[in-house]
Amino acid sequence: MPSTLPDGDPVPVDGSLPSGALASVGARGFGIYVHVPFCASRCGYCDFNTYTASELGGGGAQDSYADTVLAEVALAARVLDAVARPVDTVFFGGGTPTLLPPDDLGRILEAVNKAFGLAPDVEVTTEANPESVTPASLRRLRSAGFNRISLGMQSVAPHVLALLDRRHTPGRAAAAAIEARAAGFDHVNLDLIYGTPGESGQDFADSLGAAVAAGVDHVSAYSLIVEDGTRFAARVRRGEIPAPDDDVAADRYLAADEALSAAGFAWYEVSNWARSPTAACRHNLLYWRGGDWWGFGPGAHSHIGGVRWWNVKHPSAYAGRLAAGGTPAHAREVLAEADRRVEDVMLRLRLAEGLALESLAPSGLVAAADAVGSGLLSVAEYERGRAVLTLRGRLLADAVVRALLP
Amino acid sequence: MPTTLEPGATDPGRIRNFCIIAHIDHGKSTLADRMLQITGVVDPRQMRAQYLDRMDIERERGITIKSQAVRLPWRVREGDQAGYDAVLNMIDTPGHVDFTYEVSRSLAACEGAVLLVDAAQGIEAQTLANLYLAMENDLTVIPILNKIDLPAAQPEKYAEELAHLIGCQPEDCLRVSGKTGEGVSHLLDEIVRQLPAPIGEADQPVRAMIFDSIYDVYRGVITYVRVIDGRIEARDRIKMMSTGAVHELLELGVISPEPKKAGAIGVGEVGYLMTGVKDVRQSRVGDTVTINSKPAKTALGGYKDPKPMVYSGLYPIDGSDYPNLRDALDKLKLNDAALHYEPETSAALGFGFRCGFLGLLHLEIIRERLERESGLELISTAPNVVYRVVLDDGSEITVTNPSEYPTGKVAHVFEPVVRATVLTPNDYVGSVMELCQGRRGTLRGMDYLSADRVELRYTLPMAEIIYDFFDQLKSRTKGYASLDYEPSGEQQAELVKVDILLHGEAVDAFSAIVHKDKAYNYGVSIAAKLRTLIPRQQFEVPIQAAIGSRIIARETIRAIRKDVLAKCYGGDITRKRKLLEKQKEGKKRMKMVGRVEVPQEAFIAALSTSDSPGEKGSGGRPSRQDK
Ligand SMILES: Nc1nc2c(ncn2[C@@H]2O[C@H](COP(=O)(O)OP(=O)(O)O)[C@@H](O)[C@H]2O)c(=O)[nH]1
Ligand SMILES: C[S@@+](CC[C@H](N)C(=O)[O-])C[C@H]1O[C@@H](n2cnc3c(N)ncnc32)[C@H](O)[C@@H]1O
Ligand code: SF4
Repeated sequence: MPSTLPDGDPVPVDGSLPSGALASVGARGFGIYVHVPFCASRCGYCDFNTYTASELGGGGAQDSYADTVLAEVALAARVLDAVARPVDTVFFGGGTPTLLPPDDLGRILEAVNKAFGLAPDVEVTTEANPESVTPASLRRLRSAGFNRISLGMQSVAPHVLALLDRRHTPGRAAAAAIEARAAGFDHVNLDLIYGTPGESGQDFADSLGAAVAAGVDHVSAYSLIVEDGTRFAARVRRGEIPAPDDDVAADRYLAADEALSAAGFAWYEVSNWARSPTAACRHNLLYWRGGDWWGFGPGAHSHIGGVRWWNVKHPSAYAGRLAAGGTPAHAREVLAEADRRVEDVMLRLRLAEGLALESLAPSGLVAAADAVGSGLLSVAEYERGRAVLTLRGRLLADAVVRALLP
Repeated sequence: MPTTLEPGATDPGRIRNFCIIAHIDHGKSTLADRMLQITGVVDPRQMRAQYLDRMDIERERGITIKSQAVRLPWRVREGDQAGYDAVLNMIDTPGHVDFTYEVSRSLAACEGAVLLVDAAQGIEAQTLANLYLAMENDLTVIPILNKIDLPAAQPEKYAEELAHLIGCQPEDCLRVSGKTGEGVSHLLDEIVRQLPAPIGEADQPVRAMIFDSIYDVYRGVITYVRVIDGRIEARDRIKMMSTGAVHELLELGVISPEPKKAGAIGVGEVGYLMTGVKDVRQSRVGDTVTINSKPAKTALGGYKDPKPMVYSGLYPIDGSDYPNLRDALDKLKLNDAALHYEPETSAALGFGFRCGFLGLLHLEIIRERLERESGLELISTAPNVVYRVVLDDGSEITVTNPSEYPTGKVAHVFEPVVRATVLTPNDYVGSVMELCQGRRGTLRGMDYLSADRVELRYTLPMAEIIYDFFDQLKSRTKGYASLDYEPSGEQQAELVKVDILLHGEAVDAFSAIVHKDKAYNYGVSIAAKLRTLIPRQQFEVPIQAAIGSRIIARETIRAIRKDVLAKCYGGDITRKRKLLEKQKEGKKRMKMVGRVEVPQEAFIAALSTSDSPGEKGSGGRPSRQDK
């Protein structure tokens, strides 16, 4: 079951933004997110806004999806007309974007290019499920302009993949990564999930080893979260499977950092490691650094100049809004100065570059000194005027954020 | 001279003062209403409204609507006294185990008692205790079996039981139904026939006993008295004999059932006095009222200062509510002479009050009223009794708070004990005895009330019954047993103070004085409870139970290792910020004990005596009893 959206303020039907929001669009980068809300089947743990064909009553929604998104692209072009600038990053996420024909994805990318222009060094990523790509489809994506791909590997242990309801075989994700590189992708990522009940330390070590051996330049490792309303949560509640254990998750995280560091990766965000600074996902960084982006598609979130908004969730509601000529936005919030400061600390602290101590309130500075004392913030970085999490601090990042904020 | 039944002019020979002793729900209110109706003081049309009205207030205000005294004129209908005019004063008794003293004063205002028992249920422990109290006061007891209209009524069976208890014949038990009215007029006749008339000295200085005193927002304190000697007149200045305080009398009257001003009340009569004082402490139950211009020399016997038996710390969950808590207590005090409190500071809980109560139920009523009427959220610390500690040098201290318990140098400790009465179906006798023995009880006696019901009499340390005793009793007897107890002096005992240390720091709110044989159990169970209630911190937190410097139990809360959401959540940053704000709010509701963050809920759950977390109140609760 997809999770629910936050409450918020209404959005004008033409999608227009308060004039203040347009003042400095792109100062911290400008990105595009395209949500593709379709999956072949739903994994039990997943609460992303995604639907299977049978849930949507057939494949019709998928067939017309690209055109629907084009309508929103046109709307964005109108709203941002005065301030439009070339796009630094584009990210197709899901769901499973690669459930759509590569040409559909290409058409959307081309529309974005027409509307805003793509920067010369633009990063264009798509997420993909390992079983949803082939060497041929990867080549077509590459020639459509995609230069980065992120594959949901999760694990190589068969029993873990089974518990996670994954459709691919243990070796498929690494194979797809190799195929992607062969197709000319500059950057390839593999997503791992750790802490799945029944996963042993060795299982996870094997998964890390397989990811590294696939020659990718980026790995994301996420701890399995039991999201309310998911099938997985229901099974845990009924006692069919044990809840993931936080101490185990901490061990796995340390194991990930160790194995990846040894293989030449460095963390740049709590859950993300890259083989070189240029391999870091720039679209991801844009989120953490408070950049501007427009999110297309049902349930997609956007942020432009201190205004956050989110679209209606259901694909047919989304299509309906656009067909009627209005914005698909469900609600928005205009961030107050205080909210922005909170977000800044909350997001930036997750990055290896951390944040400047001077951006903290006096009470936050005291807490930062404390956190250095208890080994959660790096001493060396602190002396350089920055708050940067240590390895142990990364595991307690939310607690540090709470402490640094008034 | 024609017979007059006016207040101040009624011949004491025509007066009958009585109360009704009954268990809750056995039908006292219904019967009382029926009496009002039959004696004609309210007409049937008013009746219904009046009845409902009172039910509402009672429901709303619970125990606070206490005694009333209603004056009922009655002309005997049958028998050789038929046609005789009498005045009946029906005096209500307050309802439960914590107010034994107040019950005893109500009884002292009467010459007789109607012992009302539900003919389908039989007598309950509290009723029995009050019956004994009435018999000790030499009251004439009229046993009645109520609800005889019920198909399930077993009047024969329970008549035997009552006869056995009172020492009368089963056929002496009257049979009535408050609901249908059957037998009620006969009961009124019998009250006139069987109860003695009050006797007093009309020409002596006034002596009147206060049997109830309530605070009314509009009229100040209303004092209910029973005149023993002399005659109070509306223009008198009255004097409280315990304090010597003199008050102007603003109004005097009788209740019938509305307040009616009167010019005077004389020997044997019951009425109310209003002086405009604002605090029931100035007009205390049990005190003797006399007239300032011609005062009595000696007070009536039996006056006692209500003494708190159980203490507990009350703390606002939100520290900034402290002034509100103080105001609320000040307000409640006006209506409750037994409530004691003084400011107290706890390292763990902040600013609050050490409060003294008559018993656990009293504690719970006060706590509930504070929460409900003043919208306060409170933590109450584990209730404790009052200890008398004799030190090695012979000096003596009274301990009302475990944190004041002296370390070392203790020669003897005395703890209060109660005489408890348990009525139980005989199937559960073994189980009840086991419970009482486990609570350091001494069996004083055992009687069969009937073939299948047993009365057990125990002496028990009071400290043992304020800790989930009642819940245990109920669960062991499937709810059938009933309990009553009254304070009964003290005994020497081997007691120790157990401290609970969190990360090396004693948490005063969790200290307890317990018998040395139970110290280990207490320590282990509270440490284990706390381990599950306190969230993991960034460092390891040892929880220890200690007697002095000796550690008797230990648990460890392991350090938290992961507190980060490591998941891909794309752009929904609003949700993440809201979650963060919620977490920060939650943090504000934590109490800091040294460096350890303890959620309020942990205090509440650890201090509650019942095992089910979230259950309100302090488990060992005697249910509301006779009214
Ligand atoms: N059948 C029957 N029910 C009665 C009688 N007297 C009271 N009741 C019911 O018993 C319950 C308790 O009565 P109430 O007068 O409030 O009891 P109290 O708690 O002793 O004052 C109520 O539901 C009454 O309606 C009676 O004589 N016969
Ligand atoms: C937006 S999802 C979509 C990726 C793609 N559909 C797939 O599953 O291969 C991106 C990643 O989030 C991670 N993820 C999804 N649900 C998660 C959960 N409940 N706990 C932890 N990670 C999760 C998975 O690693 C997944 O690959
Ligand atoms: S394939 Fe990916 S997006 Fe789809 S349900 Fe599974 S985890 Fe969620």
